[in-house]
Amino acid sequence: MSLRTPSVLPGFGLTLGFTTFFLSAIVLLPLAALVAAAGSMHLTDLWHVISSARALGSYRLSFGASLLAASINLVFGFVIAWTLTRYEFPGRKLIDALIDMPFALPTAVSGIALTTVFAQNGWIGRYLEPLGIQVAYTWLGVTLALTLISMPFTVRTLQPALLEVQRDLEDAAETLGAGRFYVFRRIILPTVLPALLTGFTLSFARAVGEYGSVIFIAGNLPMKTEITPLLIVIHLEEFDYQGAAALGVVMLTISFGVLLAINLLQAWGRRQHLRAAH
Amino acid sequence: MAGLPAAVAEDARRPGQHTWMHSIVRWLFIALSLAFLAAVLLAPLATVFAMALAKGLAAYLHSFADPDTAAAIRLTLLTAAVVVPLNTVFGLAAAWAIGKFEFRGKSILITLIDLPLAISPVISGMVFLLLFGLHGWFGAWLEDHDISIVFALPGIILATMFVTFPYVARELIPLMQQLGNDEEEAAITLGAGGWMTFFRVTLPKVRWGLVYGMVLCNARAMGEFGAVSVVSGHIRGLTNTMPLHIEILYNEYNFVGAFAVASLLTLLAVLTLLVKTLVERTGYRGH
Repeated sequence: MSLRTPSVLPGFGLTLGFTTFFLSAIVLLPLAALVAAAGSMHLTDLWHVISSARALGSYRLSFGASLLAASINLVFGFVIAWTLTRYEFPGRKLIDALIDMPFALPTAVSGIALTTVFAQNGWIGRYLEPLGIQVAYTWLGVTLALTLISMPFTVRTLQPALLEVQRDLEDAAETLGAGRFYVFRRIILPTVLPALLTGFTLSFARAVGEYGSVIFIAGNLPMKTEITPLLIVIHLEEFDYQGAAALGVVMLTISFGVLLAINLLQAWGRRQHLRAAH
Repeated sequence: MAGLPAAVAEDARRPGQHTWMHSIVRWLFIALSLAFLAAVLLAPLATVFAMALAKGLAAYLHSFADPDTAAAIRLTLLTAAVVVPLNTVFGLAAAWAIGKFEFRGKSILITLIDLPLAISPVISGMVFLLLFGLHGWFGAWLEDHDISIVFALPGIILATMFVTFPYVARELIPLMQQLGNDEEEAAITLGAGGWMTFFRVTLPKVRWGLVYGMVLCNARAMGEFGAVSVVSGHIRGLTNTMPLHIEILYNEYNFVGAFAVASLLTLLAVLTLLVKTLVERTGYRGH
């Protein structure tokens, strides 16, 4: 079997060669250096670094806050996507365009802006303070920052899925006496479930690695408000490159797992889609 | 998401859309959406400008006169000017190879191109320390030849390139796949050369996707924080990009200065979204 299907178009060798070369130089070689650095460690040292109390504390915060943020986005992402696809109201187009803001806004900017809004004397923080809720410099702040930066993923994955829900089925069900909640559970939810799960996973994946927006609002206390990426930076600043690489490999492994999950979910979604089409 | 009004208009004609139950749900959903977005998105955006202008327009403008701030702006512009064209050429080459030909290992290649999106920015910066840092693979050799990559401009450019690597390619690959090869094959059969086919047939077809990919790549390049922070060394006036300079000013409690720089990056983000909206209006649909 030949490596490629013949074509009259030129440039295959040139473009594929350039793509592979550039990809290897900029992405693959550097990543190999990371794995090699962690691999050159003695196994007991490696275990020591990645299972230290401080590292475990950072995993707890990074993964816990990311899961929480992705869950918040699951709920609000659905509400927002539903509102944008089903209802007409003044400013709908503007809101729709603004959803992508966290993609385009540098993380350092979201970080200092969120901290200012939710600090004790901030626009929103001052009303939370009397209620005993402190957001800035706590795990709540970390969750908030992660919610903001990963919000577009759920909304943007859900919007096309919601447009595909067959409105005729909804109408038919309602005509036959089904309640709104029943319709939601039996018709809407099954159609958008793959998109919901994909959006959740994408949000989570983005949140776990986030650094810029979190460090401003987190307070950065070891074991309490220190995320794993920050712990990596601390290792680097102490010139402990191997320790940093070890933690990096832990994060990479988890990212790959998540990436794999996304691909499987999308394949499942396509199968669901095909089944619905027949 | 430009094609909604038809669906919404159709919605209004549906029976049972004007019952009080529907109205309550509808207003509840709209109110919840707006409240959520106002708290996590609009309030922070407004804060950027409120803080930047807190001491008046003169103080705001004066903060750009600071030589370190000016140097940070220049460095960010320079970095983007190097990174965006390189990643654009890469994106075009990758889209041509992947979109126009069938070959084995294609899906692996696509996954590898997307890889930087799944990697923490901190790791994206760290890998270059491991390669070019003093104790890195090429560290000793670079030291002997008096070349500095890490904690200098080349490191900043490499880290930014890594982070923004997939953006142009991701826009162009699905677009080229979807447009098919017929017109290119016709051009080649009629005797046009490869380059001529590319510039006269393919490029005009994908130009809006290309514009959007480049704008997105540029926004990420100018705004990257984590990866650049790791390799920059934070030397004031020398290796501080705009986002890094924001951090320094903010930590020095120079809030007007920090938010003044932040306001420029916020305007860039607004401009990016504006281009996206305009590009979508031309009929090209991103994701």
